[in-house]
Amino acid sequence: MALDNKIDNHDKRSIQDMIAKKKNGKNITSITEKVMPAILFLIAAVSILTTIGIVYTLLTETIEFFKRVPIMDFFTGTVLKPLSQNPEFGVLPLINGTIISSIIAMLVAGPIGIMTAVFLSEYASERVRRTLKPMLEILAGIPTIVYGFFAFTFVTPLIREFFPSVEATNILSPGLVMGVMIIPMIASLSEDAMTSVPNAMREGALALGSTKLEVTFRVVIPAALSGIIASFVLGISRAIGETMIVTIASGSSKNFTFDITQSMQTMTAYIVEVSGGEAPAGSTIYYSLYAVAMTLFVFTLIMNLLARYVSRKFREEY
Amino acid sequence: MATLTKPKVNIKNHANTEQKSITETAATTKQNMNKKIVYDTKDLNLWYGETHALKDINLSIYEKEVTAIIGPSGCGKSTYLKTLNRMVELVPSVKTSGVITYKDKSILDKSFKVEDLRTRVGMVFQKPNPFPKSIYDNIAYGPKIHGIRNKKILDEIVEKSLRGASIWDEVKDRLKENAYGLSGGQQQRICIARCLAIEPDVILMDEPTSALDPKSTLRVEELIQELKKDYSIVIVTHNMQQAARISDRTAFFLNGEVVEYDETDTIFTNPADSRTEDYISGRFG
Repeated sequence: MALDNKIDNHDKRSIQDMIAKKKNGKNITSITEKVMPAILFLIAAVSILTTIGIVYTLLTETIEFFKRVPIMDFFTGTVLKPLSQNPEFGVLPLINGTIISSIIAMLVAGPIGIMTAVFLSEYASERVRRTLKPMLEILAGIPTIVYGFFAFTFVTPLIREFFPSVEATNILSPGLVMGVMIIPMIASLSEDAMTSVPNAMREGALALGSTKLEVTFRVVIPAALSGIIASFVLGISRAIGETMIVTIASGSSKNFTFDITQSMQTMTAYIVEVSGGEAPAGSTIYYSLYAVAMTLFVFTLIMNLLARYVSRKFREEY
Repeated sequence: MATLTKPKVNIKNHANTEQKSITETAATTKQNMNKKIVYDTKDLNLWYGETHALKDINLSIYEKEVTAIIGPSGCGKSTYLKTLNRMVELVPSVKTSGVITYKDKSILDKSFKVEDLRTRVGMVFQKPNPFPKSIYDNIAYGPKIHGIRNKKILDEIVEKSLRGASIWDEVKDRLKENAYGLSGGQQQRICIARCLAIEPDVILMDEPTSALDPKSTLRVEELIQELKKDYSIVIVTHNMQQAARISDRTAFFLNGEVVEYDETDTIFTNPADSRTEDYISGRFG
């Protein structure tokens, strides 16, 4: 016993000694401690500054555009003919194409995504969930150009097999494929939201004689609603911003129509087309890029703000 | 109520244990001739995977009484309670043998619909678990899933249930507010009201006051005394004083077995088994 104590004391003293020795070298550390926050702040500021820079560029060029084309003509015009002798810059065909493709995508992704989430969170065994969820997330990692190619070379011909009247480039096929692309996002986020509903609530509902379906649809989904809606809004936002799929599979006709079998152009696809070389800097068509980009930016900004608002508003506190 | 620390000679008790419990069982049977049995458990065994959690349980639960189940942690008391409404089956690895009859129906049969059982047998949990809905919707949930849609009838059920759980006066002006805005004790009474809303026969309570402060505990205990008039109540509790205060009959569980089951007075003043005595006098557990 005595010996043990001695060793203990000795060890303690020597560790304290070592710490004391190290203390002398602490000056450098204290300088680092002071400088680091500033450096970290600068690094963090990069993304904020970039955003400000982008918005600034967009704004100045958009203002330049509106000096040449009246703002009312832009937002109410249903004809978009940037390259004709008498160019017209109505943005409505693009907004229309964007909204229609997003609606088609959400009609696919919404129901399938949420049902997938229900299956994964409420019905799948732990093993199945652990296999399926990473696979879903792989689906989310496929480059969109692959989806675009898939839409153009596989889905469109398939649709035309059954409905020959469908055009070779149309909004339906990229819309559907975009939906498939968004499924993993909605499924994964909704599943997170539903899994985080405490089991105590499921038990409470089961103990009242609910069936599993009743528990899922009357307790779990309402409790996870804020997360589910947020996933929808993010999905919509993704659909609005999606570029490659629609560029490849929907063509570039600037139709203002509601016929989904026809080719339409979205805002993103227009930007791709025009920036592809036909826009000399300083021309009206060049500035129209920025005006469309600004509109797109506002759209997605609104969706993101909506997602935040909705997820707060519908949060069922527990 | 009798003192819990009454000194006793253990050796003598040991010797008498077997004989005494037999004679007492006979005595209680005679006493209970006119009491109806709600739940009858015969040779119940339960395993979680390889763990033998309940061993040869034989227990009868009587109508319109409070039956307390006491015992140290891990003794199987909650497991037994959850077997009574088959909530225990939520654990995938559970296996059971033996028979539990509820009103002469064998409930452990796979053919017996659990939803029907749970519609007759309500449950209150350890931690208050109201749904993240309004107070009104919490109470109306049960009736609604069982097909009651009429708004007027639902209103009546909600008021009656909240009165039944003696919380109506506290919440009547805020029925549309989220139940999670209430205090823990109030939430637990909301859960009891939610249970009453489908008018079950039996209410199972799994340590319903262990997450509550003393004042809320007292209110819930008083409520249990009230509810006894209309419902059969089985309550698992950690708190022996609570069992002594509110129950008519007490079962003492230890290591998955029923050591002793008798009228509460007998258990606390004159237990037949020395282990019961050791437990209630605080020597372990």
